[in-house]
Amino acid sequence: MEQYLTSLFGDTIWVHILMGVPPLVFILLYALVVIYLEMKMAAHMQDRLAYMRTGWHGLLQPIADMLKLLQKEDTIPAAADKFLFLLAPYVVFIGTYAAFAALPFGSAYIGSGINVGVFYILAISSLVVVGLLMAGWASNNKWSLFGALRSAAQIVSYEIPSALAILAVVMMAGTMNLQELSAMQTGGIGHWMILGGSLPLAKKLIAVPLMLVLFLIYYVSSMAEVNRTPFDIPEAESELVQGYNTEYSGMKFAIFYLAEYANLFAVSAIVTVLFFGGWASPFASLMTGPWWSAFWFVTKGMFFVSLNIWLRWTLPRFRVDQLMYMSWKVLTPFALACVVGLGLLLVW
Amino acid sequence: MNPVAEYFGDIYRGLRTATIGMRITFKHLFTRAVTIQYPTVKMKLPERARNRLYVNMDDCIGCDQCAMACPVDCIQIETIKSTPEDNLGTTSTGQKKRLHVPVFDIDIAKCCYCGLCVYPCPTECIKMTDVYEFSEFDRHSLIYSFSTMTPAEIETAKMKAKKMEEEAAAKKAAAAAAAKAAAEAKAAAPAVPVPPAPPAAPQQQKPE
Repeated sequence: MEQYLTSLFGDTIWVHILMGVPPLVFILLYALVVIYLEMKMAAHMQDRLAYMRTGWHGLLQPIADMLKLLQKEDTIPAAADKFLFLLAPYVVFIGTYAAFAALPFGSAYIGSGINVGVFYILAISSLVVVGLLMAGWASNNKWSLFGALRSAAQIVSYEIPSALAILAVVMMAGTMNLQELSAMQTGGIGHWMILGGSLPLAKKLIAVPLMLVLFLIYYVSSMAEVNRTPFDIPEAESELVQGYNTEYSGMKFAIFYLAEYANLFAVSAIVTVLFFGGWASPFASLMTGPWWSAFWFVTKGMFFVSLNIWLRWTLPRFRVDQLMYMSWKVLTPFALACVVGLGLLLVW
Repeated sequence: MNPVAEYFGDIYRGLRTATIGMRITFKHLFTRAVTIQYPTVKMKLPERARNRLYVNMDDCIGCDQCAMACPVDCIQIETIKSTPEDNLGTTSTGQKKRLHVPVFDIDIAKCCYCGLCVYPCPTECIKMTDVYEFSEFDRHSLIYSFSTMTPAEIETAKMKAKKMEEEAAAKKAAAAAAAKAAAEAKAAAPAVPVPPAPPAAPQQQKPE
């Protein structure tokens, strides 16, 4: 796509601006879909119906919600640090949006084909923590600060197992560029990383359980990184009101929400690319091509988003000590063991 | 317990219970929702549900028994006696109506839906209906007036009743006076030796 745009506009700034548009459009559209999906899944898992009044089965409700949030009063607490308070939601959103740059939306489009892809995503999504801390601190509210501190502790500790899981996959693939990683996994379901990638069959048998464990580790820690139940202790509405969100209202609150959902897709997309073939079709050469690859990427991403929603409405929230126990005493040692095991397998 | 076994056991149990939970929520994802789309779809009420009161004024005889039974005093009834020439008709149970009922107010905001007013009614004219959506913006709109009489009718009924009462009172006064006179006469008769009374006695007997 970048080449096509360069041929149209020459090597100007417009190329880069236009390259940045698709993820933004995608995030906005996806937010509408995922809000609806989340509410409907939540309701049906509890034998309820959720929205039914706006449009057919409440299909227009996300739009109504958005319009409502746009109209809401945007309050700033008198004792808040105004500058940081205003800045925080944008920092959070930028952190998430920037991560989309290295996600390959199909074989023809990737925001930026940098060869440090996953590493860049890991680094840039740390900006989210800064934003959340900013929000918590600037609100000048004990709940907000507690939420922000918990969030920082959580994200920082879960970045370790998730980084180790990513490291293992990168070791196997030999590249950090998600576009290349996806391209490597084309040619049917058997080439997906979860099934051992392109290793010879004998090695695959050992690699599959390791990859399965790595997938679980990455999925769990990514769930913790996006602050969703059962890892929603930074928000924990029954303990902390809404955590760092407490003092926010109107559009700024909506931006936090948007960033959370966008982040959810980003981590689901990374799971997809690392373990489930990215945009590669599961049927070898069937249903391939730029559009089909975009379709597969979004479908697989949405599958993991739904899985996340499913888990959210199944499991109760962890306690802070349980959260730390899980990260440091379970996920990290297992991830290390898998990295070592996979390393031995690769050099063998 | 062996700490190593406990550690791995905990992990196993964690994964297993999570999948059990997920299986349950997945099953519920496809079970029928229990939601009733309330304003459009309504739950069927039980047969003897007690909701808004209704009074069929055609059958009301103004006996005031419902108002007396009411534990919260939300029923207010006023009655006017009918004259013999007024024919108020009979109730559907065949009772003759003898009283005008110009006021039959139920303050439904006070009503506690106990249904105690329904049982004493001799003509079964006050009853609980199945209407339960009657919220109002003004509290005073919740005072229901069931009386069917127009102000003019009430006025004439009052006049007639007053007239009748006056006539009756006059009659009564006259009767009382007569009785008194008779009693006095009787009392006077044995007391013949007392002279001043005799001229009065025949005089009083004349108008009778």
